[in-house]
Amino acid sequence: MRLTLRIWRQANADAEGAMTTYEIDGITEDMSFLEMLDALNEKLILAGDTPVAFDHDCREGICGACGVVINGDAHGPERTTTCQLHMRHFEDGDTIDVEPWRAGAFPVVKDLVVDRSAFDRIIGSGGYVTAPTGAAPEAHATAVPKPAADSAFEHAECIGCGACVAACPNGAAMLFTSAKVNHLNVLPQGAPERETRVLDMVARMDEEGFGGCTLAGECATACPKGIPLTSITSMNREWLRATRKAGR
Amino acid sequence: MALATRTDKRPSLPRTVWDSTVGKKTVMAVSGLLMLAYLVAHMYGNLKIFFGPGTFDGYAHWLRVVGEPFLHYTWALWIIRVVMAAAVVAHAVTAYQLSRRDRAARPTKYVHRKARTSYATRTMRWGGVILGLFIVWHILDLTTGTVQPGFVPGHPYANVVAAFHEWWNDVIYIVAMLALGLHIQHGFWSAAQTLGAGSKTRDRTFKTLANLLALVLTLGFVAVPVAVMTGLVS
Amino acid sequence: MNEYTRYTTGEPVVDTKAPDGPVEQRWSRRRFEAKLVNPANRRGRTVIVVGTGLAGGAAGATLAEQGYHVVQFCYQDSPRRAHSIAAQGGINAAKNYRNDGDSIHRLFYDTVKGGDFRSRESNVHRLAEVSVEIIDQCVAQGVPFAREYGGLLDTRSFGGVQVSRTFYARGQTGQQLLLGAYQALSRQIAAGNVEMHPRTEMLDLIVADGRARGIVARDLITGEISTYFADAVVLASGGYGNVFYLSTNAKNSNATAAWRAHRRGAYFANPCYTQIHPTCIPRSGDHQSKLTLMSESLRNDGRIWVPEQRGDDRPPNEIPEDERDYYLERIYPSYGNLVPRDIASRAAKNACDEGRGVGPGGQGVYLDFADAIRRMGRAAVEEKYGNLFEMYERITAENPYEVPMRIYPAIHYTMGGLWVDYDLQTTVPGLFAIGEANFSDHGANRLGASALMQGLADGYFVLPPSLGDYLARNPGLAPLDDDHPAVAEAVAETEDRLRLLLSVDGDRTPDSFHKEIGELLWELCGMARTDEGLRKALDRIPQIREEFWRRIKVPGTGDELNQALEKANRVVDYLELAELVCLDALHRTESCGCHFREESRTGTGEAARKDEEFSYAAAWEFTGTGTAPVLHREDLAFEYVHPTQRSYA
Repeated sequence: MRLTLRIWRQANADAEGAMTTYEIDGITEDMSFLEMLDALNEKLILAGDTPVAFDHDCREGICGACGVVINGDAHGPERTTTCQLHMRHFEDGDTIDVEPWRAGAFPVVKDLVVDRSAFDRIIGSGGYVTAPTGAAPEAHATAVPKPAADSAFEHAECIGCGACVAACPNGAAMLFTSAKVNHLNVLPQGAPERETRVLDMVARMDEEGFGGCTLAGECATACPKGIPLTSITSMNREWLRATRKAGR
Repeated sequence: MALATRTDKRPSLPRTVWDSTVGKKTVMAVSGLLMLAYLVAHMYGNLKIFFGPGTFDGYAHWLRVVGEPFLHYTWALWIIRVVMAAAVVAHAVTAYQLSRRDRAARPTKYVHRKARTSYATRTMRWGGVILGLFIVWHILDLTTGTVQPGFVPGHPYANVVAAFHEWWNDVIYIVAMLALGLHIQHGFWSAAQTLGAGSKTRDRTFKTLANLLALVLTLGFVAVPVAVMTGLVS
Repeated sequence: MNEYTRYTTGEPVVDTKAPDGPVEQRWSRRRFEAKLVNPANRRGRTVIVVGTGLAGGAAGATLAEQGYHVVQFCYQDSPRRAHSIAAQGGINAAKNYRNDGDSIHRLFYDTVKGGDFRSRESNVHRLAEVSVEIIDQCVAQGVPFAREYGGLLDTRSFGGVQVSRTFYARGQTGQQLLLGAYQALSRQIAAGNVEMHPRTEMLDLIVADGRARGIVARDLITGEISTYFADAVVLASGGYGNVFYLSTNAKNSNATAAWRAHRRGAYFANPCYTQIHPTCIPRSGDHQSKLTLMSESLRNDGRIWVPEQRGDDRPPNEIPEDERDYYLERIYPSYGNLVPRDIASRAAKNACDEGRGVGPGGQGVYLDFADAIRRMGRAAVEEKYGNLFEMYERITAENPYEVPMRIYPAIHYTMGGLWVDYDLQTTVPGLFAIGEANFSDHGANRLGASALMQGLADGYFVLPPSLGDYLARNPGLAPLDDDHPAVAEAVAETEDRLRLLLSVDGDRTPDSFHKEIGELLWELCGMARTDEGLRKALDRIPQIREEFWRRIKVPGTGDELNQALEKANRVVDYLELAELVCLDALHRTESCGCHFREESRTGTGEAARKDEEFSYAAAWEFTGTGTAPVLHREDLAFEYVHPTQRSYA
């Protein structure tokens, strides 16, 4: 198929950016969206142009490195990661707009590459269980009820791609933060740090400049791993509980 | 050896709440629910107009003497007024602060724009502004009577009928009530999530409840101007 | 004859530093004999860790918890994205929770046998011992393993093993384990004990006065080349499967850190041991950028077949039953579709080589669930394999409930890597290699669910005491700066290489060379290898290298985010590493594990080991680009598990 691509080009963090139009031919429907960009880049390199920079790694939908906004949708029209989106979801002759994640806390580094290190700092503020190596008790010492284990897993599926922030009209990171808080807070292993975890992670999330939640639900719609919007509700509950306890 | 990564010194509870986006949302949710409760009572009282001037004016008088002799004349009403004013201010201030923050958190818009959220969700902010302006108008119109030429204190029935005889005033009220309905539809459900009451299983219940509240309040409030316009109440 | 094939044989490796005595006491003996660093002195000791996967993440977190100052690097934008995250199946541990006869000794035995008797008994036994602690550690971190209704951990059997010792978190075990390590690491980063450098790629090793003392690294955003110094360097940079271009590795996984260390004196061991996974989604065209693995568990219920007749291009559902060849069931009646990975892969290749392959380019075989659906019902199949079927459909747009899946083998894991002794130290003092980057535990073939086990074992439990011993024995390492000749040389070499890449301005892209070398390797050094083919590859590689330096085109500059430059620089190393892979394959004229030489087969055509000649690990010493390396043999002794020939007929 033949496509018209309008891609955000920006030389570096300080440069002005603009949408630039490219025509590309010979795209097949079995290509992934990133393979389509590979094909464009091969062409650009040979023509002496700068190839389009984009983050990607595993290309299996699990590492969370890739992610661009395609025609206004984070990760494009299907509920999956950009690397797992295939060109069969587009038509010959389509014009496709490709933009980077947009959020104040995710500054553009170059073209479609953004800086998501704020996520790492949120995790560092409390998204862990303090369990130094070697200190662990026998694994079967604490039974974990299956519903709790399943719920923890459901939240732990988050790949940290940032689509929730990109889709949120307020650039909020509530879905990401809540996924991690809930993963650890429902488990007995996470219980001793239950209150400090949610308070510190929410505080860090705010410090990083993410917006507030208006429960618009765009995040959950964009999430390639299906983290539900109710994850945010659970975190709010945890936060209120922790605030009450800390206030005593 | 591994350094402690957390400090035990924590800010006070009000500080924690006020400094956090989640805390500010909690303030919005609580103040919103207070106003919602007030609106339900207000609408219920309004409907007494269908039982004639005696009932309606009597009810208005009772509002001033309720709680006596423990409370002095109109004290109960003033307590409610103060609480409501505080709720409105808290709701508006947090909404303003959060909105500013939200805009700053998304400084660049997408070139390819797409609206997916519901109309109610998208209009929360401007809908809120409209409601704020409406409250001012409503007080000037039917509480103080400042903007109503023939206003007679102590005769609410007559005042209401007079006010709704102006077609443009009806339009103001009906538009505002539609905005109120939308605001409640997203606001009530949203407050439930903010206060952590929602869950996967209860989500439907909260959505239904929000729709129901929005519908009942809108219809209940709109019924009065419509009744005056159609001559059902005169 | 190619110059490179005239390798010489150097001194054999005699001392692997493994303690002697009964195998089950060696690890505790080693730990007791290790010297300790006084806790008060640890803050003053700096350790560089390159990579943040299971091994690197676990090592960085643990060393920092113990009080060392850790400086850690990853090329990804976050340590959480290392490719360990993509592992699906699970992690083995000899917990014997099922009471099914498992034990440390059995895991040890299975791993040595599974490695086709080309691994070190001492190391494997230690791995089996430590496996038990790993599960405890991960559970304490909040890793959400699958659980039974009683709240206890669930396990499953995996990879043809008869006990149920694989712990798992649905199909995302690697992700969950990595997040556990990443969270522990994040805690140390926030505490200031780990200085984390994401988006920073190691481009050379600094060896000063005979010791590994630091690295040269490039900031991938600004392009700045910097030096980092330490008392020891740990490489946890993963395997080199991407030398084949198409593999199940992440796109940016690369061999540069390991290869640069090799060039600085670290021996590279058994590079020809590359594992090929039989159930991957076949390539759909020339645009293919990587291959996607589907869990091996599919072979439990799916039947593999190709058309009886070559060139039969009818749709699969129109090919009648008696014109299908269920070749695995035919050749291996007792194991059928469940033969080990290497055998299943080779059989698929043979069928395709006969012209009976299916799908685009004839590079695929059918994996058919029609019988399973008939037998178990569609709902049961969906319950068991639903997510895999969904993944397959997303990629291929074919519905596996109605049409058979197409599968083809792909490069998946590399058992070879930097040679390390029992302490995981390479031949460069102070340089350690852990996880897939080393060669230590899997011999010639890795068992399913053992990669995660090894990565975490190395990182959490094995490296820390070994590294402590090295630091304790080398207390007064002289401070280093950029003026040291070894440092200046490493920096200059790196800068020159990048400058050269940018200046050629030819007419071919980095990817085109990567593809070319990858296809050559896959063709001639892939699932089945011959003397003739390997010699052909060894003739061809120097030509490609020469062409590379004449025709490469890298746009942009070195002072910015330049992904083409990153790629080109990695290809430089692939073009050298590929040669060593082929040479190792050529010199090892036996078949063992994943290394199959057409010339070395049993009467029934199966792989035949030659224990008298090849019961050793081949550790290669670098002598220069394109010049013959030196082979150092490390003889393998088997005191506990006696070598037998595998048979699956």
